[in-house]
Amino acid sequence: MGVRQISVFLENKSGQLAHICRIIADAGINMKALNIAETSDYGVVRLITDKPDLTVRVLSDEGLVCRCTDVVAISVPDVPGGLADVLELIARKNISIEYMYSMMGNDGKSHAVMVFQTEEPSEVFAKAGLDVLCGKDIGISEA
Amino acid sequence: MERYYSKEIECAPREQLRAMQSERLVSQVRHVWDNVPYYRHKMEQAGVSPADIRSIDDITKLPFLKKDDLRDSYPDGLRGVPAKECVRIHSTSGTTGKRVVAYYTKEDIDLWETCVARALVAADISDEDVVQVCYGYGLFTGGLGLHGGAEKLGCMVLPMSSGSTDRQLQFMEDLKSTVLCCTPSYAAYLSESIHERVLSDRIHLRKGIFGAEAWSEDMRASIESSLGIKAHDIYGLTELSGPGVAYECSVQNGMHINEDHFYAEVIDPDTGESLPLGSKGELVITSLTKKGFPLLRYRTRDICILSAEKCACGRTFVKMSRPMGRSDDMLIIKGVNVFPSQIETVLIQQGYPANYQIIVDRVNNSDTLDVLVEMTAENFSDSLSKITAKEKALVAELKAMLGIYANVHLVTPKTITRSEGKAVRVIDKRKI
Ligand SMILES: [Zn+2]
Repeated sequence: MGVRQISVFLENKSGQLAHICRIIADAGINMKALNIAETSDYGVVRLITDKPDLTVRVLSDEGLVCRCTDVVAISVPDVPGGLADVLELIARKNISIEYMYSMMGNDGKSHAVMVFQTEEPSEVFAKAGLDVLCGKDIGISEA
Repeated sequence: MERYYSKEIECAPREQLRAMQSERLVSQVRHVWDNVPYYRHKMEQAGVSPADIRSIDDITKLPFLKKDDLRDSYPDGLRGVPAKECVRIHSTSGTTGKRVVAYYTKEDIDLWETCVARALVAADISDEDVVQVCYGYGLFTGGLGLHGGAEKLGCMVLPMSSGSTDRQLQFMEDLKSTVLCCTPSYAAYLSESIHERVLSDRIHLRKGIFGAEAWSEDMRASIESSLGIKAHDIYGLTELSGPGVAYECSVQNGMHINEDHFYAEVIDPDTGESLPLGSKGELVITSLTKKGFPLLRYRTRDICILSAEKCACGRTFVKMSRPMGRSDDMLIIKGVNVFPSQIETVLIQQGYPANYQIIVDRVNNSDTLDVLVEMTAENFSDSLSKITAKEKALVAELKAMLGIYANVHLVTPKTITRSEGKAVRVIDKRKI
């Protein structure tokens, strides 16, 4: 039930991110989320796109180092305290999170989406009463 | 079973070899005295004449030749015969100043090819083999040197020269090459390309003859396992003929020097003093037979160890260790001696490719050492902390090996200039 995320090695050089985005654009891939973690020297770009397999292929073909991993996407009510409630629940259940970031919801309703990287299976989140989304829910067209 | 190209020489008793070396040195010194005024002048300055050289033991009386001498005598000050008797030249570039031009008579080419043929047979290569030579052809000795030796042995030679990886792989597959001759870094590059294109099952390589570049035991292990071959080291310098001055046998632990043609010594690079066998120092080679470019006591700048221990292969030729660096490749950073090969060893141990670049600079009167390292799929993760942890481990290992701190920079694969010929490993920006 996980959502597939593509991470790409980003060398600290001007135009590198633009280069990655252009490769993706030229392949007709639509980006749903983008998050960057960096040190002063390099970074990791994390992407959610509508076509994860194709994204990995086009980036690898250009000689970039990338990989696909599963992450958990959770729907968060778009109201004050929406995220605080979700995070408190996660903390109470002792679910440890490696990193997280937000992305646009795809349903046009008043919901945001948070993406979590964790060692735990997504069922743990569902059992905690959270609204776990599948790829289709956030506009990923590849199975 | 060990095979030999010239068994009676390669396995000759030491006394017999020494007698041959004495006889050849005496006649070579006479040849140089009579024909090379540049060196004769050096001998006169040192107060030595041919009469003083009666055996190989007297060799230490002779003055050294340095690379600077070769440049000073450009283009033909060290040629030992009239141009009419030469059939070929090769040339090597210096990083600064003039090139060095080396001359060959027909006999010089023949003895060079014999030396290379011995190297090939020692690696168990025969006339059944298809030898793909990807060293550059031309002024560089790598291409024509391996070519000549392999042809003399009766192998089918593919004179590919360097570059054009697509064509290299196409011929390797279609003509079923069994032997690859190139620089170790190009072998590593070809091996990566073979794996990327999933060609392993269609490649027939079984041996590699790699030289012209510093490499490490770890790099050998990685090339051997990824290509499924035995990789043999070969040593030589254009000034002394080219590859084949020394070569590895099946034991793969040091290179036998072709001692009937080349006499080896090790000296202290600072004082010029001769060192006993087993000491680490600068390799000095005397060409005992070459007439076109007869160098006496040439300082190679390669740091190595000579060993006369009995080799399991049966050869009696002295062995030299793989050069541990060049006396002029050695970088002095913050007062510490650093050889690029040490950095390479750590990179391979830590799972990074041996394609790296070292940048030395001086900032606020203090030396800095930066190493560009290529990221790999195996070392990459979506978690920044995992990448950083591996990077820290690499920095710690480099510190342990070198004794000084190195700034590591992870870069995109294949963005460091690749060595289809020779690698640019070091950029020293210090203006001293
Ligand atoms: Zn041996």
